[in-house]
Formats: sequence, C-alpha cells, structure tokens
Amino acid sequence: MEKLIIGTREFSSRLLVGTGKYKDFQETQDAIVASGAQVVTVAIRRTNIGQNKDEPNLLDFLNPEKFIILPNTAGCYNVDDAVRTCNLARELLDGHNLVKLEVLGDEKTLFPNMTQTLEAARILVEDDFEVMVYCTDDPILCKELDDIGCVSIMPLAAPIGSGLGITNPYNIEIILENSNKPIIVDAGVGTASDATIAMELGCDGVLMNTAIAEAKNPILMASAMKKAIESGREAFLAGRMEKRLYASKSSPKDGVIK
Amino acid sequence: MNAKSIGITLNGSEIHLKSNSLKELLESLNLSEARFAVEINREIVPKSQIDNYTLNEEDVVEIVIAVGGG
Repeated sequence: MEKLIIGTREFSSRLLVGTGKYKDFQETQDAIVASGAQVVTVAIRRTNIGQNKDEPNLLDFLNPEKFIILPNTAGCYNVDDAVRTCNLARELLDGHNLVKLEVLGDEKTLFPNMTQTLEAARILVEDDFEVMVYCTDDPILCKELDDIGCVSIMPLAAPIGSGLGITNPYNIEIILENSNKPIIVDAGVGTASDATIAMELGCDGVLMNTAIAEAKNPILMASAMKKAIESGREAFLAGRMEKRLYASKSSPKDGVIK
Repeated sequence: MNAKSIGITLNGSEIHLKSNSLKELLESLNLSEARFAVEINREIVPKSQIDNYTLNEEDVVEIVIAVGGG
C-alpha cells in the first residue's frame, strides 16, 4: 500500500493508536504490536513523587526507535497549558517535534475548544513543531488549521471514547475535498467497520484508543482494526460501484435450461 | 554538595529540600535514568543543564513523564 506521509515522516500503517486504558504496559505493548501501528500517542503527566525505583515506565515498553511517539496535550483546556505541555514533551523526547495538539472545551463532551486550538496551533507551528491537530468536524476551521501549517488535520468522528462511530460522514467528505494535508479521523470509532467507513470515505488514517483498549479482547480487536484500515483503504483506492435502486443480473440472461 | 535548605513547589506540592541541587532532587525521586522533562518557573531546563542547576527559594518545579493516553 502507498505510504502515509505526515510532515517529514513516512508510514506504511494508516492506523494510529493510543496507550490509555489498558490493564498494564504489557497489554498495551501486545495490542500495539497486533495493530501494526507505527504512530503511538502518549500523555504527559506529573511524575508521582516518591516513585518506586522499579516502577515501570511506559516508554520502557515502547521503544522510541521502533515507534514514533506522539505526545498529546490531553487534559489541557487553554493555549498556555497546551504549549507548555508540547515544550515539555519535546524535551522529554530529545527534541522530537511531532505533537498531537488537543485543547479541550469541557469535561463532559471533550469537544475541542477551537478558538484556543487555532491560537495554540499558530504558536506551535511558529516554534517549529509538526502539529497534528484534534479538531471539530467544521470544514472551515479545518481549512484554517491547514493554512496555519498543521501537518495533519484530525477531526473527531464522535466524542472521545464514545464508540459511536462515524456520525458525520458528509462533513468528513467536505473536509477531505478542502485539504491537501492528511486527514485522520481522531476519536469516536467503536469497532472495525467504523474504521473501514472512515477509510472508504478517503481519510488518510484513523487514530483510536478506547475502541481497542475497552474491547473484551484488546489484542484481537487491535488485529481486527489493522485489517479494517487496510480493507477500507483498498476499497477507497479501488473505487466502489455506483449504487442503483433495482437489481442488475450478474449471470448471463441467455442459455438458462428450460 | 550544597547543604543549603530551601522550600520549593514540586508538582503542585510545597516541599523542603536539604540541598539546592536539582540533580540531587532528581536522584532522590529515582528519576535519574528514566525519561522525564523538567520545567522550572515555566522555563524548560534542558538535560544538559540539569547537573549544574541550582534551585532557588520558592522555585516552582514541574517534572513530567510519558503515561498512557489517546
């Protein structure tokens, strides 16, 4: 399959996965390997004071040489916190400049605060970050984020962790038409067919966490998602048939025995 | 080794330290080998400057690591 190009990086997998909500780091690692994902999101948080010396660290399970670590700004509700978090992430990851910007609006919906998101995106792009941005499915705002210089636009399909699926296929179609940057559906996918629908629409990738982590068998779901993304992409590239109201015979009309 | 005692805010909690060496603080937190980043008074402290960094009274220190997230 052709490569996914995000900023200065190339990927063969179009599935991007999160690392939250797993039972432990081993399950996280197993699911990620099963998903085939190359881009893996992490959150940046205060360390526990008095941490046990032997307490495992997530990055011990995700070799930064094997995966592209995508630090997010989850939990940030304003420009300042989001920019500070990105700066901390860049230091933590030895100068790695790819970040997932998300500036949230409220706890209940976790919808993005788009005025703050736009401002933070401008500051970060100016400061040489490669910004992948979680955003609403408003085609005008998505275009604005594109014009600011974000390397990937990541509209939600439904609220984070909701598993409601692709609730906005028409908006996603318009966003796809308007943009030259990779469009990655971020949030809302619940099961494999949701991921396929996003890819059949022409999205360049899907970023998900809860759909895998909260499955009864996360590792099996990770494998299902890998196939779903590949199927959807191939179907998009193949170009689906036109729909018609009435039947159209697949077998020859003539020569039926009497 | 500097034995000067100081009070700082570390990850939101006020604490007292027997030494004003940032390196010693990180060692006491078992962080010297793990992947982390430090911000003091809203400025990033690059890894190269940690060894010689001297903390001041009332510094606001944030130490972060990567955790699971989506």
